[in-house]
Amino acid sequence: MSRSQRRKLEERFFKAVMRVSLFGALLILSLIVFTVVQKGFRALSWNMLTQPSQGGYYLGGDEGGILNAILGSLYLAAGATGIALAIGLPVVFYLHAYLGRSPLANTTRLVFDVLWGIPSIVYGAFAFLLMLEIGMRASLLAGMLTLALVELPILVRAMDEVMRLIPPDLAESTYSLGTTRLELTRILLRQTLPGLATAILLAFGRGIGDAAAVLFTAGYTDAMPTSLSRPTASLPLAIFFQLSSPFPSVQARAYASALVLTVMILTISLLARLSLRQFSKHVIR
Amino acid sequence: MDSVVSQLSIQDLNVWYGGQHALKNITLEIPRHEITAIIGPSGCGKTTLLKSLNRLIELNPHTRVTGQVLLDGENIYAPGVDVTQIRARVGLLAQKPFPLPMSIYDNVAYGPRIHGLKNGRMDDLVQHYLEAVELWDEVKDRLKSPATGLSVGQQQRLCLARALAVKPEILLCDESTSALDPISARAVERLLSSLKNEYTVVMVTHALRQAHRMADHVIFLWLGELVEQGPAEQIFEHPAEARTQAYLSGEIG
Repeated sequence: MSRSQRRKLEERFFKAVMRVSLFGALLILSLIVFTVVQKGFRALSWNMLTQPSQGGYYLGGDEGGILNAILGSLYLAAGATGIALAIGLPVVFYLHAYLGRSPLANTTRLVFDVLWGIPSIVYGAFAFLLMLEIGMRASLLAGMLTLALVELPILVRAMDEVMRLIPPDLAESTYSLGTTRLELTRILLRQTLPGLATAILLAFGRGIGDAAAVLFTAGYTDAMPTSLSRPTASLPLAIFFQLSSPFPSVQARAYASALVLTVMILTISLLARLSLRQFSKHVIR
Repeated sequence: MDSVVSQLSIQDLNVWYGGQHALKNITLEIPRHEITAIIGPSGCGKTTLLKSLNRLIELNPHTRVTGQVLLDGENIYAPGVDVTQIRARVGLLAQKPFPLPMSIYDNVAYGPRIHGLKNGRMDDLVQHYLEAVELWDEVKDRLKSPATGLSVGQQQRLCLARALAVKPEILLCDESTSALDPISARAVERLLSSLKNEYTVVMVTHALRQAHRMADHVIFLWLGELVEQGPAEQIFEHPAEARTQAYLSGEIG
């Protein structure tokens, strides 16, 4: 076999390997979605979407619905993302407008990378200890705060990576007009708006899907979430409790809940994609 | 206006990037309301010298500057000097145009807004500077559209308008025409030449012919050292130093 034949064969072989991996990954993911849709759709009913649960979530009735969990999850994730953003955005601005490429900036990144890797049950346990210490009970607020801790490293590192893609010339052009570092952050924000939207979405998705962080901190209840100081239901825990029930009819409802959660995340992703065009109107490429 | 002819006076300026000594003991004067061209081969410190004139050099990490740059007699590196005020007085037109991520109108209005320079209507101000760079007729119907929609040549003229709207006294140009097509380059060159009645222009250029066409005063750098400076005619016709002669004749660089 000549050298050029061998190289062609080599390329064909590795291309095939890559294709198999790609299709394998897609296949597994579509199987998950297929299972959730197939099993969930059968159990899903209008009542499930429009009523709170009835008759005790733990042993599970198949009465009532999961509206309390749907709303609870939305509140939890939205509140957590808001809190994480309120802390994360100043951190990222400080990293980029003031720390630049200093050793402290790299240490900060390392710290957030480590925080990212900590399992959410650890955040939950930590927050639970803290709550016991100050006498706070499981509540919507405690759940939001704990989820905000889970989301913060994701938000910071994702926004950080987006800002690192900004060409240095943009900062130089802006500074040469006599801007302060604080004024520069507004320019950075406008330039990175589409990327920041994606980062926020990523954090929101992580928050709304997390069960472990809210298990001890937000608790669970059959009631609708009406107060920051009361426990709240959430979809991941609804799935968990329904699936652990001994009754097949309640187990089937877990797939319906999973379907609802999946559709919610999908809808939010799509909406964000659609709004990207508006966000990126002014972005300099 | 004072009677000093040189507007910028550089005294014993040294710049280090980490361990690399990029500018060595530079002492020179930059005359008011003239075009000064900094020439020399790649990596000789042209851009470093230019960017030390409004302290943009400090944005590079691990940069150390010693010596003085006197702007109308005041050392811009003195402690307590407000760097934003220095940059408002000494503007920059970069090599590649980089509009701000906002509309054409807001690009021009940005500087006056942050510096509170607005006297009269902002609309008039924006129109004035867009006319000054001969861009008004091309963009007057789409002032609110993103600056990214402009061609590269138009973007560079917009960046010039944006720089002028801050009302600088000195304009630094870092090879500002090298990324443009010949027609846009010619237009920007012509604009810069016409600016010297009101502004002091300091430009870095690779193109000797451009320096020939535009410069009143020439600075020749070689490996971070100042070899020779003087009126353009003198440098181009009768260079005193052998290295200047060799560079101008194309033997080196």
